[in-house]
Amino acid sequence: MKTLAQKVWDAHVVRSAAGEPDLLYIDLHLLHEVTSPQAFDGLRMAGRPVRRPDLTIATEDHNTPTDNLLTIADPVSRTQIETLRRNCAEFGVKLHPLGDPEQGVVHVMGPQQGLTQPGTTIVCGDSHTSTHGAFGALAFGIGTSEVEHVLATQTLPQARPKQMAVNFVGELQPGVTAKDLILALIAQVGTGGGRGYVVEYRGPVIEQLSMEGRMTISNMSIEWGAKAGLIAPDETTFAWLKGRRFAPQGDAWDAAVEYWRTLRTDEDAVFDREVTLDVSQVTPFVTWGTNPGQGAPLDAAIPDPESFVDEAEKAAAERALAYMGLTPGQKLREVEVDVVFVGSCTNGRLEDLRAAAGVLKGRKVADGVRMLVVPGSAAVRAAAEAEGLDQVFTEAGAEWRFAGCSMCLGMNPDTLKPGQRSASTSNRNFEGRQGKGGRTHLVSPPVAAATAVVGRLAAPADLV
Amino acid sequence: MDKFTSHTGAAVPLRRSNVDTDQIIPAVYLKRVTRTGFEDGLFSAWREDPAFVLNDPAYAEASILVAGPEFGTGSSREHAVWALRDWGFRVVIAPRFGDIFRGNSLKQGLLTVELPIDAVESLWARSESDPTAEVTVDLAAREVRAGASTWAFELDDFSRWRLLEGLDDIGLTLLHADAITAFEAARPVYQPVVA
Ligand code: SF4
Repeated sequence: MKTLAQKVWDAHVVRSAAGEPDLLYIDLHLLHEVTSPQAFDGLRMAGRPVRRPDLTIATEDHNTPTDNLLTIADPVSRTQIETLRRNCAEFGVKLHPLGDPEQGVVHVMGPQQGLTQPGTTIVCGDSHTSTHGAFGALAFGIGTSEVEHVLATQTLPQARPKQMAVNFVGELQPGVTAKDLILALIAQVGTGGGRGYVVEYRGPVIEQLSMEGRMTISNMSIEWGAKAGLIAPDETTFAWLKGRRFAPQGDAWDAAVEYWRTLRTDEDAVFDREVTLDVSQVTPFVTWGTNPGQGAPLDAAIPDPESFVDEAEKAAAERALAYMGLTPGQKLREVEVDVVFVGSCTNGRLEDLRAAAGVLKGRKVADGVRMLVVPGSAAVRAAAEAEGLDQVFTEAGAEWRFAGCSMCLGMNPDTLKPGQRSASTSNRNFEGRQGKGGRTHLVSPPVAAATAVVGRLAAPADLV
Repeated sequence: MDKFTSHTGAAVPLRRSNVDTDQIIPAVYLKRVTRTGFEDGLFSAWREDPAFVLNDPAYAEASILVAGPEFGTGSSREHAVWALRDWGFRVVIAPRFGDIFRGNSLKQGLLTVELPIDAVESLWARSESDPTAEVTVDLAAREVRAGASTWAFELDDFSRWRLLEGLDDIGLTLLHADAITAFEAARPVYQPVVA
C-alpha cells in the first residue's frame, strides 16, 4: 500500500526516530558552480572531506559563455568557475568543465550519461532537480547548507512529505506538447498548489510521453511548489537508459530492471490529495504574467485583473501586467516579441531542438527578432549537429550556440535588455529573470519557433 | 548557527505576494563565492524605485519582514536567506513560503513564521500607521505578539529545538555515522557510481 515515492523514500531511510526527520541516503549529488562554493568552504573550515566523491559529479553551466568555449569575459563569473575547478580538484570530485563533451546544464548532463536511474535519490543545489523525477527517482533541489551536509555525510534529514497524484485524463490534442500540459496544470493549481507534497504524474498521456517530454513535466514541478515530481518507470524509461555510460550492464542490468519494475504505486495506495487535468481541453499554452501560474491558452486574450476573485491574485495580476507592458483584453497572438530563446533544462534536449527545427525548416526568423538556440548540453549539441539541425537554425537566421543555462537566467552575457520581450522555452517568467527589465513569455519549442517566424506569439498551425 | 529564542523588533510591510527568490536577490549577485555581504543585492531591482518600502527611512531599523503569500518561491538559492540576514532581518512572516526557501532559512537562523493572511493584514496596517511599532516573535512559546494581539504559529518540534539550541545539522547527523556506514554496506550493486 505504498506510492511510488514512498517506496523510494523507504528504501533510503538510514535512520528514523519519532519526532525527528528521517535521515535519507543520497545516491547521487549533482553540483554546479553557483550554489557550491560556500558549501566547500564550510567543509574546509570544519576539516571535513567529501564522504562519497564517487556519488558526486559537477558541471559548469550557469555562468558559461555560449558564443565560445574559451573565454569567460566577466571576471566574477570566471572566478566562480575557477573556484569550482579548484574545489573539485581539492576534494576529488569529478567535473565536466567548459569544453568537455559531457558538459551542460546539470539536469541534462545527469540523465544523458545514465546517472539518473529509477528508484534513486538525487539532490542538487538547484530547484529544477525535480527533472530527474521523470525516471522514477526521488529528486529535489536543496540549498547550499544542505549541499554541504550531503557532501559531508551523503545523507539529508528530511521530513516525510505528503503524497499527491496528478491524473492526466482525456486525449491529447494534435500540436500539444508536454510543456503545454505542465503550463496548463500550473495555471490550474497555482504556484503554491504543490507545496508540501511529492507528486506523481500519472495517466495514459504520461505513459505515452517520451523521456524528454516527461522530463519537461517533472522539471516544472517546483514551479507549482511541489517538492518533487515523479513518473513511474516503464519500458520507455528502460529503453532510454539501456547502453548509456553509467547504466548497469549485464547481470546488474537485469537485476536493476527487475527492481525498477516494482517501482509503481500500489493499487490500494492512498494519496493525500488528487488533482486531475483534462488534457483534451489543453491547447498551446503561454504565460502572460510574471509567475508560471499566470498563463493562458494562446487562443485567449490577456485577462482582466478584475476577473480574479482572490485579492492577492488580482493585485499580482495588476502588477504583472504593468511590468509586462500588456493590456487586459489584448489578444495573446498580437503580442510582439524581440527575442526567442530555445534551450534550458526544461526544453533544451534533442527532441525539443528537433521540434523547433521542424517548424523553422524552410522558413526565416522575422526581421527584428533575435533567436537563440542553446542546446542543453555539449552532447545534445553534437547530436543535433549530426542530424543537421544546426543548419536548419542558422539558415533560418537563428543563432546556434554552445551549451549552458544561458538566457534561462542570464548569469552569462545572454540577457534581455530592459523592456525587451521574449518567448522562451525555459521555466521562469519572474521579473528580471532573463535580464533586468526583461519580459518573459514561457512557451513550448514549437510555439517558440512559430513565434520567431511571425514575430508575434504564434503556434505552428498559424504558419502558412 | 546562533541560538534563536525570541526576537522583538519593528516590522516592514511588504504588500506583495509571490515574492520569488529571483526578486529577493537577482542572479547577477549569485556569482560571488563568499557567504556574507549580500545585502546590496536584496530586492535590488525593486529598490531602484524610491517609493519601495525598504527605501523608506522610517523602516531603517526594522528587523522583521512581513510579506504576502508564497514568499520565497522559485530558485533554491540560499543567497536569498543570506541577503535578508545580511540586511538585518531576523524574521520573515508570511502566510506561505516556498519549501526550499523555508528549509534554507531555518538552517541559517532566519526564522520564517507562517501566519494567516488576516494576521498579516493586521501587521501590515499596524506597521504602516506606526513604523516603529514593535512585534515580538517568541519561538519558545511559538507565538507572535503585537500590541494587544497574539497569534500562535506552527513549527515542528525538531526545527524549533535546533533553532533554540543553535545546533548544526552536520554535527547532529555525524552522531549517526555508524548507521550511514551500515546503510552503505547494503546498497545494491547496480546503483551508479561516477568514478
Ligand atoms: S537551465 Fe535554467 S532552470 Fe535549468 S538549471 Fe540552468 S538556470 Fe536553472
